[in-house]
Amino acid sequence: MSGYSTNSIDSTVARLRQRVQETEAALASLKRDLANAETQAREAHDLSQAYQGGMPLGWQEDVFAALSHTLSNESTGPEPYQSQTADHGVEEAGEEDEEEEEPGDWKWPLRAEEYRRYGRQLIMPEVGLQGQLRLRNAKVLVVGAGGLGCPAAAYLAGAGVGTLGLVDGDTVEISNLHRQVAHSSQRVGMKKVDSAVEYLRGLNPNVNYRCYREHLVPQQALEVFSAYDLVLDCTDHPTSRYLISDACVLAGKPLVSASALRTEGQLIVLNNPPRRPGDTDGGPCYRCVFPKPPPAESVVSCGEGGILGPVVGAMGVLQALEAIKLIARGDHLSTVSDDTPMADSTDGEVPSPKAPTASPPTMLLFSAYSSPQFRSIRMRSRRPNCAACSAQATITPESLTSGSLDYVAFCGVTNPVTLLGQEERITPSDFANLALASPDAVLIDVRDTTQFELCNLPGSINIPWSKFPDVVKQEAVPLGKDVFVVCKLGNDSQMAVKVLQEAGSTGRVRDIKGGFRAWKAEVDPSWPEY
Amino acid sequence: MADNIDIKVEFTGGLEMLFSDKRNHKISLPAVDSDGQPANVAFLIKYLCENVMKSQKKDLFVLDGSVRPGILVLINDADWELEGEDQYELQAGDNVVFVSTLHGG
Ligand SMILES: [Zn+2]
Repeated sequence: MSGYSTNSIDSTVARLRQRVQETEAALASLKRDLANAETQAREAHDLSQAYQGGMPLGWQEDVFAALSHTLSNESTGPEPYQSQTADHGVEEAGEEDEEEEEPGDWKWPLRAEEYRRYGRQLIMPEVGLQGQLRLRNAKVLVVGAGGLGCPAAAYLAGAGVGTLGLVDGDTVEISNLHRQVAHSSQRVGMKKVDSAVEYLRGLNPNVNYRCYREHLVPQQALEVFSAYDLVLDCTDHPTSRYLISDACVLAGKPLVSASALRTEGQLIVLNNPPRRPGDTDGGPCYRCVFPKPPPAESVVSCGEGGILGPVVGAMGVLQALEAIKLIARGDHLSTVSDDTPMADSTDGEVPSPKAPTASPPTMLLFSAYSSPQFRSIRMRSRRPNCAACSAQATITPESLTSGSLDYVAFCGVTNPVTLLGQEERITPSDFANLALASPDAVLIDVRDTTQFELCNLPGSINIPWSKFPDVVKQEAVPLGKDVFVVCKLGNDSQMAVKVLQEAGSTGRVRDIKGGFRAWKAEVDPSWPEY
Repeated sequence: MADNIDIKVEFTGGLEMLFSDKRNHKISLPAVDSDGQPANVAFLIKYLCENVMKSQKKDLFVLDGSVRPGILVLINDADWELEGEDQYELQAGDNVVFVSTLHGG
């Protein structure tokens, strides 16, 4: 062995390794060449057949059949829609029979009407035939048939989603109509889901509509969600937002969530991809982004804060857009994990796409009066200690379905404001009588100036509550006089009385109990309700 | 070392009502806090409460020493949780946005 130095062994190893690498590279190159050559050969073969063979026999038969075909009403063509079985407790608002126009030997994947109806989106590579088939096989649940749900459902129905479920327990009010575009003046008082489905069926009768005429409750959320591929949160309160997110995580469904108030809106796609709790590849859920609910007194509804119709409409339309993107790509069909049941796509089998690449989560912010109006922000991924979607999750199918999770208590409730004693308050009727007898008294209206301009009592002074403490501090309010304070509902007026008392008012200061809502009920029925 | 850091601060989602109904604020923040530490977002929040906020309703912005639940803090268009939360040390030209989440629909 003395003839070999370790140096020469090392160099032999290195040389051989080099040879192996070179040979492997050459082999890979040869395989590529072979694949290319095979492809070219196949193409050349097909082309020469096409040139030599004329029309294949099948084509000729089709042409003769078409030439001899006489239009008739009978249709024996394959029914392209699956027959839906009604879930218990849910009323099927099934598709209407429509005139079949295809000959019995119709052989295209979509019906003739579908080619025409969806033609403008079909010719787009983002949709195409596969995308349209996926839309037709998709089941989408829209929770909330209001300012977000109406436009969202309209665009989903228009795009040809196969099954559209609507959940809402409310009835249509006239104050909804400036933004909730699926309802109508004639349908005020009707259940929102029924009103919406009436509109939607006019838009597209080929969709299978399912109506849930109650608000979503934890006990039923999982069962309802499991029948769908995708959920849209179009509700208007944190309690329902946490519930919907939890149920989506447990049911393994992606969630398209949006919200709006005044001139602004927010949109985020959550739990996408919808991996099971503990899988860090899954998209974040609502609790990952907002682990703690906001204080109840910070939650402002559209009724309190106001809302511009096109602002909430834009957000609802964007929800439909995200849903269509997700479905047409086939993201909702990819396998979630071994033991999580996923969409059962049994009919019209569409090839299952590759697992979606998890793009980093973003939230879209819309602000109608800012520049730029849209802003996309990068969001966090799943939270390692999330109560719903982490390995340490405490929210389980059992805890949700048993009703042991109290979402109302979790989010808290605002208590009615009772800052003042009886002697510091006056009813609207007593005020009406007293005001006539005490011409020196001052009436301060603490509503916003915008609301004050809508309607006000003659002689009243407008000092908005937001500026009230400053105005009092500047001694712009007479502290020696008898003062009455009024607002919309009788909350801010109590706080204003407190401010006056603390500033050292020597006159008698009282608020009008129940504000203008009580004023209308007790004294002046003509007071405008807004 | 510069004495102040000039940054842009924006309030949206209704928070602007707590700041004189003004969305965009140019803030010239002391470069170090009272302990001589570089100014971070925690210091900015304290500074905003003491120097910029006009409203009495402080608890609609801060609660238990940090922003209240339901407010997202964005540092240069990213959730602050991606940037070290309130320990992020501010740089001149940074854009910090406070967004109150909306719930209406
Ligand atoms: Zn989570």
